[in-house]
Amino acid sequence: MSKRFDEQVVIITGAGSGLGEAAALQIAKEGAKLTLVDLNTEGLEKTKEKILKVAPEAEVLLVTANVANEKEVKNYVDKTVEIFGRIDGFFNNAGIEGKQNLTEDFGSEEFDRVISVNLNGVFYGMQYVLKVMRKQGSGSILNCASVGGIRGVGNQSGYSASKHGVIGLTRNSAIEYGQYGININAIAPGAIMTAMVEGSLKQMGGDNWEEVGKEFVKPNPMKRFGRPEEVGYLVAFLLSNEATFINATVVPIDGGQSYKY
Amino acid sequence: MAKLQDKVAIITGGVSGIGAETARLFVKEGAKVVLVDWNDQNAKSFVDELTGQGGEAIFVKADVASEEDVANVYKETIDTFGKVDILFNNAGIGAVKPTEKLTYAEYRKTVSVDLDGTFLVAQLAIKEMLKTGGGVIVNTASMYGWVGSPGSAAYNAAKGGVINLTRSLGLEYATRNIRVNALCPGYIDTPIIPEDYKQTLRDVTPMKRLGTSEEMAKAVLFLASDDSSFMTGNTLTVDGGFTAQ
Ligand SMILES: NC(=O)c1ccc[n+]([C@@H]2O[C@H](COP(=O)([O-])OP(=O)(O)OC[C@H]3O[C@@H](n4cnc5c(N)ncnc54)[C@H](O)[C@@H]3O)[C@@H](O)[C@H]2O)c1
Ligand SMILES: NC(=O)c1ccc[n+]([C@@H]2O[C@H](COP(=O)([O-])OP(=O)(O)OC[C@H]3O[C@@H](n4cnc5c(N)ncnc54)[C@H](O)[C@@H]3O)[C@@H](O)[C@H]2O)c1
Repeated sequence: MSKRFDEQVVIITGAGSGLGEAAALQIAKEGAKLTLVDLNTEGLEKTKEKILKVAPEAEVLLVTANVANEKEVKNYVDKTVEIFGRIDGFFNNAGIEGKQNLTEDFGSEEFDRVISVNLNGVFYGMQYVLKVMRKQGSGSILNCASVGGIRGVGNQSGYSASKHGVIGLTRNSAIEYGQYGININAIAPGAIMTAMVEGSLKQMGGDNWEEVGKEFVKPNPMKRFGRPEEVGYLVAFLLSNEATFINATVVPIDGGQSYKY
Repeated sequence: MAKLQDKVAIITGGVSGIGAETARLFVKEGAKVVLVDWNDQNAKSFVDELTGQGGEAIFVKADVASEEDVANVYKETIDTFGKVDILFNNAGIGAVKPTEKLTYAEYRKTVSVDLDGTFLVAQLAIKEMLKTGGGVIVNTASMYGWVGSPGSAAYNAAKGGVINLTRSLGLEYATRNIRVNALCPGYIDTPIIPEDYKQTLRDVTPMKRLGTSEEMAKAVLFLASDDSSFMTGNTLTVDGGFTAQ
């Protein structure tokens, strides 16, 4: 049976953990050749091991890179083209949460750090990937925003600003590139149980973080955290040829929480 | 693996456009389908097409805005297939007319099909789904539930209503295993759009083309299957970028 990503090349950043890893596993199972990018080389190797268990024939290229460094971004794009010859899908996902505190205490260094990864990193990736896709006349980009990019969450000035920025960038470029056969969208995850959310709960509750987690999901209409593989399915759908008329949209995946009053 | 193996799906507006294409895909993915429409013109040949490929399908003639007709849809469905797992709540009508010329009767007609009908069909689905422990509802709203346009007051009001109905039902049943989401199509190449208007609509869409019913069907399949298990009270806009402008 033919699979949705047979013969397709997909780049995933932040693939060494959490949502990037889950998306990589799903898309590899569906036949893609993958370039996996992360700061954390060990994380990348672990993801590759997991992929080869579920998709033994998968071709996987690992590139250690900091997405906030433009040269390193250019390098992971160039390498992908050199080795696989094209780019069909791009999950522009690497991100960090930053400190949780009041805006007046956040600090300009922390602000720059979060923006440089979450917003500049996403822009650099789009810039180089779009050049390749425009020449091909096809491709799909999916940026990872957050519910913090469509709603006020509080105590996350840098994160929230960066994720709102990701959504603005998504809409702007989607309008530009639709005519070239390229669609660009964003997802807005709510609380999904990954290393990032564990870290966030630890910022709030220390050793008591699991209890804090239980309290934290109470307002969620589904009363639970999302699972990374649930995000993996959505990413695979939006990057596949099944979603070709979906363009410039933001898809929340949050158990309904962002619409709750 | 088929994504909807042995699921029973009701599809309103099921013999034309987006509904019909979704029925084809659902059957391919293993579902048994109940096609609902007030127009039975092509119903028999379409049921034959689906069953000819080894699928199970029945047609029930009904006006989704009639309580009696809708009750009958569920009776026929339960009699034939025993349960309802999926509702694709998609029947709709559109009419473009300047508001100063619109009669109240015309306004009521559009709202009664597009909003009241959506509510009625969903309400009975929920009652059945609560009996069996859960299910999935996908409502067809429209990108004109998000943005306005001249000459389409009744339709746009109804579709905006469908979006907030979707959110409200999604939240109400989130812990009872009924997920409710909406599809918001842009300009899609179906009989609802007059032929001589299509080029204008291509020109105003960022992708410079109309969407296809197949593309809608794939989005509906995603929302109807377990692939979207953490999504509820949500909307999926499939409009080639129109509403981001
Ligand atoms: N988990 C959630 O609930 C949630 C909610 C909303 C949004 N998100 C977003 O999803 C994305 C992935 O998050 P996650 O939950 O999987 O987190 P995670 O911490 O599990 O994974 C993020 C990965 O990105 C990598 N990374 C961080 N900075 C990088 C950089 N500068 N260059 C390259 N790689 C870098 C990390 O090493 C890590 O492997 C992020 O953009 C995050 O903001 C997550
Ligand atoms: N085609 C588009 O561009 C577009 C855009 C946004 C939203 N939509 C929505 O998508 C849905 C499907 O439309 P389509 O484009 O496939 O159009 P369509 O006209 O091809 O199909 C709609 C079907 O619904 C049936 N129907 C209408 N009123 C009914 C009623 N009261 N009871 C039972 N059946 C009824 C019609 O007979 C028809 O078979 C509608 O809700 C429409 O508003 C379509």
